[in-house]
Amino acid sequence: MSKPENLLKEFVAEAEEIIENLNQNLLAMEATEDKTTVRPDVLNAIFRAAHTLKGMSGMVGLKKVSEISHRLEDMLDNLRMGKLPMSQPVMDTLFKGMELLRGLIESVNAGKGEEADITPMLQQIQQVMSGGPKSPSSAGAEGIDPALLKVLTEYETHRLNENIRLKINLFEFTVRFPLETFDKDLAKLNTKLQSFGEIITTLPSPGMSPEAGIVFKLIIGTKTDLKTLQSQFSQDQLEIRPIGLKMERGRSDESVVPAAPEEDKGSGSIRSITPTVRVDIGKLDTLLNVVGELVLNKAVIGQISKEMSHNQGFTTTGVELQKAYQALDRRVGELQEGLVEIRMIPIGQVFDRLVRVVRKLSRELGKEVDLQISGEETKLDKSMIEEIADPLMHLIRNSLDHGIELKEDRLKAGKPEIGIINLRAIQKGNNVVIEVEDDGLGVDLAKIYKKGLERGLLDKNKEYDQRELINVLFTPGFSTAEEVTEVSGRGVGLDVVAKNISKLSGLVDVETEMGKGTKFSITLPITLVIIKALVVRVGTEIYAIPLNSVSESLMIQSKDIRTVEKREVTRLRDHTLALLRIRDVFHLPATESGEDRLYVIVVGLAEKRIGLVVDAIEGQQEIVIKSLGEFLRDTPGIAGATELGNRKTILVLDVAALIEEATKTHFSEKKNDPDAKKKTGQPAVI
Amino acid sequence: MPKKVLVVEDSAAMRSLISSTVEELSGYETVEAGNGFEALKALPAHRFDLIITDINMPDINGLEIVNFVKNNSAYKNIPMIIVTTEQGDEDRKKGLALGAAEYITKPFDPEKLKTIVKKITHG
Repeated sequence: MSKPENLLKEFVAEAEEIIENLNQNLLAMEATEDKTTVRPDVLNAIFRAAHTLKGMSGMVGLKKVSEISHRLEDMLDNLRMGKLPMSQPVMDTLFKGMELLRGLIESVNAGKGEEADITPMLQQIQQVMSGGPKSPSSAGAEGIDPALLKVLTEYETHRLNENIRLKINLFEFTVRFPLETFDKDLAKLNTKLQSFGEIITTLPSPGMSPEAGIVFKLIIGTKTDLKTLQSQFSQDQLEIRPIGLKMERGRSDESVVPAAPEEDKGSGSIRSITPTVRVDIGKLDTLLNVVGELVLNKAVIGQISKEMSHNQGFTTTGVELQKAYQALDRRVGELQEGLVEIRMIPIGQVFDRLVRVVRKLSRELGKEVDLQISGEETKLDKSMIEEIADPLMHLIRNSLDHGIELKEDRLKAGKPEIGIINLRAIQKGNNVVIEVEDDGLGVDLAKIYKKGLERGLLDKNKEYDQRELINVLFTPGFSTAEEVTEVSGRGVGLDVVAKNISKLSGLVDVETEMGKGTKFSITLPITLVIIKALVVRVGTEIYAIPLNSVSESLMIQSKDIRTVEKREVTRLRDHTLALLRIRDVFHLPATESGEDRLYVIVVGLAEKRIGLVVDAIEGQQEIVIKSLGEFLRDTPGIAGATELGNRKTILVLDVAALIEEATKTHFSEKKNDPDAKKKTGQPAVI
Repeated sequence: MPKKVLVVEDSAAMRSLISSTVEELSGYETVEAGNGFEALKALPAHRFDLIITDINMPDINGLEIVNFVKNNSAYKNIPMIIVTTEQGDEDRKKGLALGAAEYITKPFDPEKLKTIVKKITHG
């Protein structure tokens, strides 16, 4: 790694990570109620990030990054050492500085060098720094074990003094861990301790041996008293000793709490202690493709094995082959699972970017919004994360721009003046559902109807129900904004969102109530590369249907199919299920089969559910979706192709497109629905 | 036998920069630790001729590592170099007082690091 270009590459990768961390920490800092009291460990982490950036950028010759991070580091050093008080201008400067650094790193990464003017930023930092330096606290650390003071860094000494000054209880925790596991044990303990207060330092005692393990002394500043600590940590094998201005060894309240090994599974420490490797996602893609091929090869071997036992009966070779196939099946499965797992990253990474967008937009629009996030730990394939960012960004923009009202309008409507946008991720089986919900205006169906007519998207001789009207939102060229605003009027409509999500084999659903708010739900498979599919047959044609969009399958007879408004439907428990014959979709010739038996594959979500009618279900299989060539790429209803174990290539159905197709037909044939007339233009509750 | 150097630094890029600089010297190989825990784990597993450690690290700081090494009969003879910042006068003084042989300041000159490493390990 001594070559300069490698070093630069490594620098960019680490810098991106640092900036991401920096961002998360800044957001954590901003989220505290009283922005002037910032968690010292968070502030220190931010300082360290700037410090590392400065050190590294200086060595790879990035002058601007180095200069900015240097100034930020100075500012942060003053902050963490209590020489500069935290304030809104300081916070803004940090955010701005971070954005600037991000931009610089991006332009370096794109090979464009350091493309930005840093002078205004330097001036801003200068100005904030001159905002009156507070004299550093110096309560004095008398009474503290001098041996301890010797190993505290300047910063840690300052934190110790701060805790003394603020009369916060100080405790020394002594804990012994086995050599093999001390890192994990200590990480666990740290996580627990952080919920009580500040860990000022962690000092390993010099003696360590395989028999005795290793002893650590931790200095903790906390508002909790000794009794509570003792009961809270009674499960952990440790000693807790109060320290402070007087250090007396062997005090009466010194306690030794023996206990069973800790079972606390919390390992949410910010700092990763396990060694990690950073890998280019492209390399993982290649590997996953290889595994995909392996899955196919495996299926071929399985097929041969089956044919062999079928043709020759049970021969020794046949049984051996069968065994070998099963072993291969297991290993390939493990390999695939492991590889997919490696590619999974928490969706929180996208959410953090969205938080920044909301921050910026709400300021631009003069709307105050509280973005509430949950489920950020939910994992999705890295490639999906990248693809989902833009659609989510668009939905959030949409909520901010069209959903959330201005402050005065909200007060008039009897709502709290700060709007709420909820961003949630929930894992449901092999799917992840992402919801963007606001407590704003809701979708005005009357307005949609009017606009729809103006744009020629709706026919004034027809009646539409709420679902049909909402679907118009996803039609190209539709926008209900009175004027194109800078925020969401970028020529991209919800149609693009829907299209992008359907490309990811996902579905979008909308729930809205006028005056109360709107909720967009996106359902996505957690990974795209290798998926389980249902293999079905229509006549002589074989198709694969991604299993994540299938909710169930039914066997029916032709008498179970009724025609309602020129449309085939069947009963599914208490509901009517619209049917779509795959034979009709692809204009396949009718075939005579002796039996009166049809299969209905129920796909889709909630009210967008339809039944695909096929002749037979051939089984379930793992498939690797390959994109079709140039010519077939945009064939409606087809998502791609795949190979089966018998070396046949078959088509994979695009469920989202088929549902859309079915809903469209629905549009033109719904004119006489008396219910629809009632619903139009009324508040919609879906 | 090649000389073994333990490099303790939490920034991966900085760590690999230090390592690669040291490894440019013939007859040196490095073991990397990303934090104090990894350093403590690495110590019994190798026979080190030199330890280079950053000071400003979360959890176990570099001074604590110096203190640990210098007070442990098995490791106390391993010479140590601390890596500090320009502003880190206090930390530098403490590190040297605890028994570190030398210090370098970030950003450092690779040639200077090589000279110091050679001086200390041959010394």
